[in-house]
Amino acid sequence: MILANKAVENAADHAVAAAAANPPGITKLTENAELFVMMVLLTLLAAITLAIIRQRNMFGVVILAGIYSFLMASVMIILDAVDVAMTEASVGAGISTVVLLATLHLTQSIEYPQRRSVLIPFFISVVVGAALVWGTSGLPAFGAKTAPIHGHVAPTFIQYSADHKMPPNIVTAVLADFRGFDTLGEVTVVFTAGIGVLLLLQGGWRVTGNGRRSEDDDEQQGMDSSGGTA
Amino acid sequence: MRLDLILRVGAKLILPFILLFALYVQFHGDYGPGGGFQAGVISAGMVILYAIIFGIRAAKQVAPPRVVEMMVPGGVLIYAGTGAYTMLLGGNFLEYTPLAHDFLHAHEWGIFSVEIGVLVTVCGTMIAMFYAFAERGRS
Repeated sequence: MILANKAVENAADHAVAAAAANPPGITKLTENAELFVMMVLLTLLAAITLAIIRQRNMFGVVILAGIYSFLMASVMIILDAVDVAMTEASVGAGISTVVLLATLHLTQSIEYPQRRSVLIPFFISVVVGAALVWGTSGLPAFGAKTAPIHGHVAPTFIQYSADHKMPPNIVTAVLADFRGFDTLGEVTVVFTAGIGVLLLLQGGWRVTGNGRRSEDDDEQQGMDSSGGTA
Repeated sequence: MRLDLILRVGAKLILPFILLFALYVQFHGDYGPGGGFQAGVISAGMVILYAIIFGIRAAKQVAPPRVVEMMVPGGVLIYAGTGAYTMLLGGNFLEYTPLAHDFLHAHEWGIFSVEIGVLVTVCGTMIAMFYAFAERGRS
């Protein structure tokens, strides 16, 4: 039972189950502190979004997007989803920022002022945003034990790994073991995306050692492709 | 290029710890947060930091483009190969139980091997993408 409790705690954002294991006074304090930090983070996220909308300098936008990702990673930590937080911090704030900066190096870093009317896009965003906010009213309460996601396969996974004394981090067990086939699909997605980007950016020619394609290579490529079509 | 001494020294101090952290995230994934995906991105981030500070040519000596491009499909092969191997041992695809006599050992080996596959593909893809973007800027 203790193992099962620990497993639930480690598994994901089971705030309710974790709270049940702690004394009530401390739980109350922690919950209030979490709520306060969450409100600060969400306010900062909204402020950064507005700043991104107003900013015309692309360099500033990239840096702000990186800050946005870091704040989002902090939000994920408060939600006890540490794995997602790590991914968000390393991919969202790290690699994407670097790739976007590399892209800025190729283009201009000042956005041209918008000539067309913004009325229709504004209208569409407001309608879609309102629909999303309306949709959240149909979701179960935050952290609710009775939410459908906690009643489907999650109890089986937790019970199974508790019965077989599997490693405590159920996230890893679910990703690589219970749902190994899904993760194989995900790795294939990463592989396909990588190959696609490489094909688009390297354009099919082989990049030579010093990073410049030579004229010979280009001609060779042209002959190859014409031969292919004929 | 001469004025960034602090950056260079600082980066050289940080780089091994980034790699160590990536390995920790990879191999401690059963007990702490993390796994192949996060470890792959962190180790790719190490190579990218190296490339930004010391130049892309130096980075290509550390992680040659040919090796990086082979890593992209290599990880998928390691992953699918684990599944094929368990099938050869008489189990289902990606059913780790036949890998060892003990249930826990078998599953630890299975998760370990699969996570290595994830690490290799993710790391290779990220570095290859960075190289591709950096190459475009030069020509």
